[in-house]
Amino acid sequence: MIATIAAKELRALFVSPLAWVVLAFFQLILAWIFLSRLDAFLSIQGQLVALANPPGATGLVISPVFGVASIVLVMAVPLLSMRLVAEERRNQTMTFLLSAPLSMAEIVLGKFLGLLAFLLVPVVLIGVMGAALAIGGRLDWGLLASNLIGLGLVAAALAAIGLYASCLTAHPVVAAVTALAISLVLWMINLATSDPASPLHLVSLLKHFEPFTRGVVDTANLAYFVLLIGLFLALAIRRLDADRLRG
Amino acid sequence: MSDPASPLTLDARALSRSFAGRPVVREVEIKVGRGEVLGFLGPNGAGKTTTMQMLTGNLSPGAGSISICGVDLLMHPVAAKRHVGYLPETPPLYKELSVTEYLELAARLHRVAKQKVASAAANARERCGLAAVGNRLIGTLSKGYQQRVGIAQAIVHEPDLMILDEPTVGLDPNQIREIRSLIRELGRGRGVILSTHILPEVETVCDRVQIMHEGNVVFSGTVEALRALRGGRALVVGLRRPPPIAELQAVPGVARAEAAGGDLFRIEPEADADLGEEIVRRAVAHGWRLFQIAPAQASLEEIFGHLTQREDATTEVAA
Repeated sequence: MIATIAAKELRALFVSPLAWVVLAFFQLILAWIFLSRLDAFLSIQGQLVALANPPGATGLVISPVFGVASIVLVMAVPLLSMRLVAEERRNQTMTFLLSAPLSMAEIVLGKFLGLLAFLLVPVVLIGVMGAALAIGGRLDWGLLASNLIGLGLVAAALAAIGLYASCLTAHPVVAAVTALAISLVLWMINLATSDPASPLHLVSLLKHFEPFTRGVVDTANLAYFVLLIGLFLALAIRRLDADRLRG
Repeated sequence: MSDPASPLTLDARALSRSFAGRPVVREVEIKVGRGEVLGFLGPNGAGKTTTMQMLTGNLSPGAGSISICGVDLLMHPVAAKRHVGYLPETPPLYKELSVTEYLELAARLHRVAKQKVASAAANARERCGLAAVGNRLIGTLSKGYQQRVGIAQAIVHEPDLMILDEPTVGLDPNQIREIRSLIRELGRGRGVILSTHILPEVETVCDRVQIMHEGNVVFSGTVEALRALRGGRALVVGLRRPPPIAELQAVPGVARAEAAGGDLFRIEPEADADLGEEIVRRAVAHGWRLFQIAPAQASLEEIFGHLTQREDATTEVAA
């Protein structure tokens, strides 16, 4: 059932021009960053050889691209997630799902996985872009993998936030703005403090994503993403259930 | 799929619901047997749609119980919803899907076995007259066809109970006739609830009628009982040169005759008297200049007025 709903959402995304536009710009921006980083790397390559333990192409080119990709995702995911529930409410098609023998959890998980499957397309494409460097040199595959895992988790977390925001309203634009606000605040909430021991560091998305770009896959960071995703999916389920109670 | 021990496809008791403290549905009881089409009548805002949303699990009732084919909707929503097909007031259509894709999606979501999905969708398409437009996108279809797609998605999983909220709204007379006969046909062996505010629709399609007014069921009975309420077999007779009332009263078989404004007279017959012919004969013989003779039927509004003025709100008429 979850797969059926996910397939329906994936299809709905692929037939909407907005999703294609977002995908195209995403790819364009990252390809440009990738090329400019590659350019910079080639120009300093000569000096790097002189260093005792020089950073490789993976660290100097791929990791920054993933860093930019994560920020672009923060901007792009709300645009893709905004319609998930809000549009169904507006078109009064939510009844279709609510009258079917489905639990709220199945509906929410289906929509979440449908969007995530879509988001994994650009994530994987960036991975392919990075892997292309292997043609001209040796790559740190471990670092590339940890970058991919990190970006995938960021995409999933943003999708969960966007889905929840979409459950709050019947207006996709309001949903997009809400999702963007929540995501941005979570992304850089750690900037609000100069105290390195502040608990704000514990909730910051950036703080938990950054280790992945250095090749560190820490279970604490994995747990953070799993909890964050779980929290927003649970909130989304509760919100939809409340609809039925409030009417 | 259904519980054969339960002859009722729907048994809702003491359903109540209020929005922001304002009661919208009060203590409503609905029972639908197998093979029965229940007409659900009421003016706009009577609580019909709210009741139907509760019956389909779209809205939780404030109080009361709902059992569908013997399965409690509130305790086991997923199991109970398998037996229900619902067409809301606005058909829930995904405009970017083709008719076939949409119906197959509906079948899968209603847990039709994988290998039967395609045949179930084809069957529903066939029955609702959509065979020719299977590959068209729903968004490009006319309103009448979209309404049919809405009905098709409600029947694709062969539900035991179908709940149709104003299925003929916005259709042209031909389409209305087709949809009505479709509903009758679908009603065989299942339970159907049909909400409408059109009286003739109830009389042509339904076996039993419940009328709602301001959240209360004010009438529950057979279509015959509703007809009796509409003025039974009284006639409205128009005469350009009318005789004194007493002369009309004297026609054999007339129980009561009264002026109904202008040149119109309302004549109630005695039980099993057939008045029409006799009145026409006398009108010609006496030169009353008959220009109209028609059955006197109260409109829906008059019935509502009549029902809501009674002291006891609910009229139970034996089926």
